[in-house]
Amino acid sequence: MATNGYKVIGTRPIRHDGVDKVTGRAIYGADIQLTGLLYGAILRSPHPHARIKNIDTSRAESHPGVRAVATAEDLPQAADKLQDLGESIVNLRDASNNVLAYGKVLYKGHAVVGVAATSLHVAQEALELIDVEYEILPHVTWVMDAMKDDAPILHEDMKTTSMGEETDKVSNIANHFQHKIGDPDKGFAEADVIVEREFTTQTVHQGYIEPHNATAKWNEEGQLTLWTSTQGAFMVRDQLIEILKIPVSKVKVVPLEIGGGFGGKTSVYGDPVAAVLSKKTGHPVKITMTRDEVFEGTGPTPASYIKVKMGVTNDGRITAATTYMAYEAGAYPGSPVGAGAGCIFSPYDIPNAQIDGYDVCVNKPKTNAYRAPGATNAAFAPETVIDEICEKIGMDPLEFRIKNAAKEGSRRVDGPVHPRIGCIETTEAAKNSDHYNTPLEKSIDGKLRGRGVASGYWFNFNGGKSAISVSVNSDGTINMLEGSTDIGGSRASISMQLAETIGLEATDINPQVVDTDSIGYTDVTGGSRTTFGTGYAAHATGQALIREMKERASKLWDVPADAIDFSDGVFSYKDEEKKRGTFKDLAKQAGDTGGPIVAQVSTNPDGSGGGAFATHICDVEVDPDTGKVDVLRYTAVQDVGTAIHPSYVEGQMQGGVVQGIGWGLNEEYIYNDAGVMTNANFLDYRMPTTLDTPMIETILVEVPNVAHPYGVRGVGEVPIVPPPAALSNAIYHATGQRLRDLPMSPPRVQSALAKNGE
Amino acid sequence: MSKKVQVQTTINGEEVEFLCEPRHSLLEVLRDNIGLTGAKEGCNNGNCGACNVIMDGRLVNSCCVLGVEVDGCDIQTIEGVGSPVQLHPLQQKFLEHAALQCGICTPGFIVSAKALLDKNPNPTEHEVRYWLAGNLCRCTGYDKIIRAVLDTAEEMR
Repeated sequence: MATNGYKVIGTRPIRHDGVDKVTGRAIYGADIQLTGLLYGAILRSPHPHARIKNIDTSRAESHPGVRAVATAEDLPQAADKLQDLGESIVNLRDASNNVLAYGKVLYKGHAVVGVAATSLHVAQEALELIDVEYEILPHVTWVMDAMKDDAPILHEDMKTTSMGEETDKVSNIANHFQHKIGDPDKGFAEADVIVEREFTTQTVHQGYIEPHNATAKWNEEGQLTLWTSTQGAFMVRDQLIEILKIPVSKVKVVPLEIGGGFGGKTSVYGDPVAAVLSKKTGHPVKITMTRDEVFEGTGPTPASYIKVKMGVTNDGRITAATTYMAYEAGAYPGSPVGAGAGCIFSPYDIPNAQIDGYDVCVNKPKTNAYRAPGATNAAFAPETVIDEICEKIGMDPLEFRIKNAAKEGSRRVDGPVHPRIGCIETTEAAKNSDHYNTPLEKSIDGKLRGRGVASGYWFNFNGGKSAISVSVNSDGTINMLEGSTDIGGSRASISMQLAETIGLEATDINPQVVDTDSIGYTDVTGGSRTTFGTGYAAHATGQALIREMKERASKLWDVPADAIDFSDGVFSYKDEEKKRGTFKDLAKQAGDTGGPIVAQVSTNPDGSGGGAFATHICDVEVDPDTGKVDVLRYTAVQDVGTAIHPSYVEGQMQGGVVQGIGWGLNEEYIYNDAGVMTNANFLDYRMPTTLDTPMIETILVEVPNVAHPYGVRGVGEVPIVPPPAALSNAIYHATGQRLRDLPMSPPRVQSALAKNGE
Repeated sequence: MSKKVQVQTTINGEEVEFLCEPRHSLLEVLRDNIGLTGAKEGCNNGNCGACNVIMDGRLVNSCCVLGVEVDGCDIQTIEGVGSPVQLHPLQQKFLEHAALQCGICTPGFIVSAKALLDKNPNPTEHEVRYWLAGNLCRCTGYDKIIRAVLDTAEEMR
């Protein structure tokens, strides 16, 4: 029983898909087997930037067991068209060229040729037999180098768009935009203390454990079926029809279980290649990536350069803030700098501010969304500057954040006005937490300890299309079909909202994620929207079922439907003892009242409702000899709206924190002078393990979202935003050195500590 | 293509015979030849633990063992650790603690944790963390996994 007035919401039932997942029975994308299946492999560019002069596949094609090869010549060139993926925008011509390079390769790992063969080993052997002649071009792999006038140009036809207008200038800068509020010069003039600092972050990967996969079957009637692991089956369908130029009615995408995405599985990679190879061979073709392909050939999140200047009065009021943000888009335009700009100052009410953002192409993989895309890079800068300012003016950093906190009516620098949000409540909960009020003990063995705090904001996508289709069984249980792929327990969180609405238990709902032929269009599982948006649809579905059940009861009881009441899970007519029944009671009589009870609902909420706020506290211990940073204690505080399934809310927060710790302390794409990533594996790309992390304490602050019937607020993304800044602040308080370049890996910490001796 | 080799083994208590090429890993054999897809490929070089199985009582990365090496061996995979009708206590505790999100790493974690509890029924938190450091999870932040394993150990004692 929940303590919040609800019966199901706020409880912790075992998830519906749990048994399959703990016993190894759940079928993920790579697990599918089909009769006559061929295996695909992809030849990738060894160079970061080169013109493709010639591709000779003849030796590969004559290799025993090889059935077909595919190059960009086999893809119709998709015309320019922008598609909204929920978390990022993609240009479909670029998407096509990213799937198989056309004319030029733009990064090491760029796909060039696909091969289908009778086994994976044979396909991989065939890759060795493909001769590609390249004209190697100069490359650039750092955003600030790519912005220089003499930088190698990735796209000779790309002109910079500046402040909304296309200019004549050909450069790697795809876009420069500006947001402004008030008068920053006046604001800085009013300030007693001004701090201006520069920050850099490196390319990091989402690091989902399941590599991308796609299995395509193109039959004689031109019908394409594609099985894959994706955050959005309809998004895959949208991209396939554009890249392959086939009608939407000819494509069915079947989403199998997905082994993590974090934003990275919102684009197609091998999917269209598998489709083309299937068309050529008449067999189903499966392509699964290797881990190095995942690192080098999918979409990590960008490296960035950010400069922040903030001015405050001696009594701790922010008077002005400005920032220059340059994000790497990777090979094609479309970094999340816009999202970063919308988040960077948004936990605060700032009267005068200016943001300049730059989206810049470099010879690295095209970036993709990664959990609050753009916001973690962004928060790293102001959250550490604020810590420095607080020290200068002698103010508690959480008190400072409460004093300047965004609240209902505060305008973000990028325009929108915050509705009812939980920024102040979250920061106050952090200030009152056991962690913050427990003094940090000194180390006994010469190591250095410190505590840091940081806050973060993420919009949350309080909208998007979702569809639900239900049929009521004769015992009153419900088969619920949905289009939202389940990455981390959304079958449960959506079922619980339907169950709450109609007075059933979570276990009475049998949720199934189905293919694109079987349910209405549903947007991606991303932008923290699924429990909000598809839950919104579940509530609406429950309402439709209640209306239908009242009609049915009306026939049974011979009373008007609109006179029937539904409350506490019971349908009733006045106080008449014989005219009352639960949903299940009435479902049993469906045969007598009109046949099977079904409902189909689609929803598309308007996007209002406000974002998510988090404040984190972390204690670190720095080894002055090695530069290694250990996290001793970590507490994440977050406004989660109404927590539907608190265990999975906590899980989202804990997972986001640990990804943020990895980003802050160790993770980075390390490039050599040849523009090649030198650590494309899990040994050298060092994600946190069980030994690198403490238990992650969570404090759930529940400020209901006014735009959702149950107050749901997206929870998945914002927890990754504060960690790098919280860690940097903690390292400073431990060592006296401010680190402003990520990751704060042992060599960087060591060289910073060397300054202590100077 | 190299000549296939006949291999006799015991998998989850049943005698199994298969043919594989010398270059096929045990992971490939399990997934592609035998149809046991509970072991997952996350990295194919022994760094993520998603493919872990127990071979003659020893925890191994099945991607780093060749199929031909398991001739005469006893293999236990996730499919042999409990069943949907009779879950192993670890599986039950993973469910109760919400110790999985996407679930791709879960079979590997459960197999690894079982290998730990088989040897050490009374592990400390640090021992659990040390033992499971060969398994990567990107969703949970490990907190609930560690709690599930410690809770299982307590219940099984």
